Amino acid sequence: MTALAPVPAPSGQAAEAPPPPRRGRHRLLPYLLLLPGAAWLGVFFAAPMLQLGAASLYDPGGSLSTGYVLTWAFGNYPAAVQAYWPQFARAFGYAGIALVLALLTGYPLAYAIAQKAGRWKNLLLVCVVAPMFTSFLVRTLAWKTILSDNGALVGLLRDVHLLGPDGRLLATPVAVVLGLTYNFLPFLVLPLYASLERLDRRLLEAAGDLYASGVQTFRRVTLPLSMPGLTAGTLLFFIPATGDYINAELLGTPNEYMIGNVIDSAFLVRLDYPQGAALSFLLMAAILALVFGYLRRAGTEEVPR
Amino acid sequence: MGHESPAGDLRLTNLTKRFGVLTAVDDLDLTVPQGSFFALLGASGCGKTTTLRMIAGLEAPTSGQVLLGDRDIARLRPYQRPVNTVFQSYALFPHLDVAENVAFGLRRRGIRNVDDQVRRMLALVQLDGSGRRRPAQLSGGQQQRVALARALVNHPRVLLLDEPLGALDLKLRRQMQIELRRIQNEVGITFVHVTHDQEEAMTMADTVAVMNAGRIEQLGAPADLYEFPATAFVANFLGQSNLLAAEAAGPAGADVPVTAHGARFSLPVGRARSDRGAVYLGVRPEKLHLAGSADQVPDGHQHVDGVVTDASYVGVSTQYLIRTGWGSELVAFAANSGLGQRFPVGAPVAAHWDPRHAFLLPREPGPTDDRPDRPAARRAGEGAVANAPRHLLRRVVRPAKRRGAA
Repeated sequence: MTALAPVPAPSGQAAEAPPPPRRGRHRLLPYLLLLPGAAWLGVFFAAPMLQLGAASLYDPGGSLSTGYVLTWAFGNYPAAVQAYWPQFARAFGYAGIALVLALLTGYPLAYAIAQKAGRWKNLLLVCVVAPMFTSFLVRTLAWKTILSDNGALVGLLRDVHLLGPDGRLLATPVAVVLGLTYNFLPFLVLPLYASLERLDRRLLEAAGDLYASGVQTFRRVTLPLSMPGLTAGTLLFFIPATGDYINAELLGTPNEYMIGNVIDSAFLVRLDYPQGAALSFLLMAAILALVFGYLRRAGTEEVPR
Repeated sequence: MGHESPAGDLRLTNLTKRFGVLTAVDDLDLTVPQGSFFALLGASGCGKTTTLRMIAGLEAPTSGQVLLGDRDIARLRPYQRPVNTVFQSYALFPHLDVAENVAFGLRRRGIRNVDDQVRRMLALVQLDGSGRRRPAQLSGGQQQRVALARALVNHPRVLLLDEPLGALDLKLRRQMQIELRRIQNEVGITFVHVTHDQEEAMTMADTVAVMNAGRIEQLGAPADLYEFPATAFVANFLGQSNLLAAEAAGPAGADVPVTAHGARFSLPVGRARSDRGAVYLGVRPEKLHLAGSADQVPDGHQHVDGVVTDASYVGVSTQYLIRTGWGSELVAFAANSGLGQRFPVGAPVAAHWDPRHAFLLPREPGPTDDRPDRPAARRAGEGAVANAPRHLLRRVVRPAKRRGAA
């Protein structure tokens, strides 16, 4: 096929070349390849989304036993915000603080693995990913033990008077934020690592040669060149952390509940489907708005290499 | 002059760099006069790039000093040195446009109005109007110019060039060689140029230092180095040489008589780097002429009889290989000027030379092999070291102190 394709025959001599018979099938091929994925998304993403969208507009007076009616009840949205805005604020607040903590630990970690680890590089990468081999729940439960009132950590913090004699970590916002930071850290570290690993050391030497001190080299060269990884890592960290409910559930109390916990209970405990669906959509909209705003600022422009 | 602490000369004194057991730069002494175009020439692994990196501050010397004027800068951080580098890979910042790349050094030093300087510098390297483009959008030659502009705009005391033309094709390289010379004349900054390309070093530099195994084998003007090399390494690294293993027994009058493979030759005292004991008698291939028989050899010339074993026609000249009576091969280049006779393979010839064009080099006593150079080694530059026997790699000649700032 390739032998026939490239040279367009000058008009008039076209009769000589046989018309490409498989052209039609050729054109369809990309769509055929797309089909399995599209079907999957259609059945398991688009359809449930539509269903959820409809559910968010059900008559709030209905129930599972009496049945729901689609009454285009847009009032569900303001009602949900009014009832649960603190949990919304908490979700973004906790995820934001966790993100800052993760950046402060994750960037140096990714940099060290990418640029300084030498032959330990692969081992360290495995260490970053290793927690993923156990379940999210198990990892979070392990943190429950670490942060428990009788644990070594709390004991130490009490001894150095960072915590009062009755101070605790478990069931506080600190525990939830620490849990979020820990659980989603690899999602930040791995894309950052990929970016920093490709960073050309010679550019850092060139910056030094051109009067940039260490700090200036970081600000003017390393950081801008790691932007793609930083952007991806930040999103991969922040989005699931905002919607998370396991950390608040296991490490916190209802006072630390985030919007994920509310949605969880709306669907599974209170069986208030319209409210749960409305909250889900609100969360999604809020995250999308943030992401678009962020990408606008951070820029998705490809860094030419 | 070198000892009277001239204002802007770059001086390396006892500079040494070891990487573990490997000594990359070995007790180097070197003076680069202010405003000169200086080339460090050597095969890869000879320590020339390490020397450059120590001047730039990218490598810390194991011992020794890097003096700029009277100031020892060897222990300063790279960003504290009035020295800039054009890197082999150019190392342009991919996230900045051309103008910002050029302005990088100025901005880091807190200079506000950089636009004028950047524009003038881009004009100097003939890249006017390319300021808004990204490095990835430029050709190799253009990137090279940006790298040059980015370094020059800072008006460094010394500009270091690390094989800056290595990535360019031949035609562009020639063009950039001329360009670099022009710019150096224009700005008057000291250029230290590291290269493994002997032709590049000779065409561009005022002074060439040939490095080998961490030391300087010979230093001088290109023509001096070529016409009268100090060591067998230089004789074969810079162009080609026919080196005949010979024995000398001291000068007799104005000449030094030598014996090689049973035949007697002589040459003026001034052409002898060594006049006693084991020596190499050297003749450049283009100064080795061919005659049909011994009686056609001009008066005053000396000759060796042999048989042509190969004749390659390369346009401007024909390159002959001549097998001598004792079995080694000599190389002779005959210009295709239409005046001389052409010799077919198998023809008996007398290879003759003017003794004033020959030179005598010291040789480690021992095996009496001649050292005809292989054309491949000359081209690649790399091969010369691989072909050089160990005893040559260890030879120590340090003319730097002697010469000072000539």
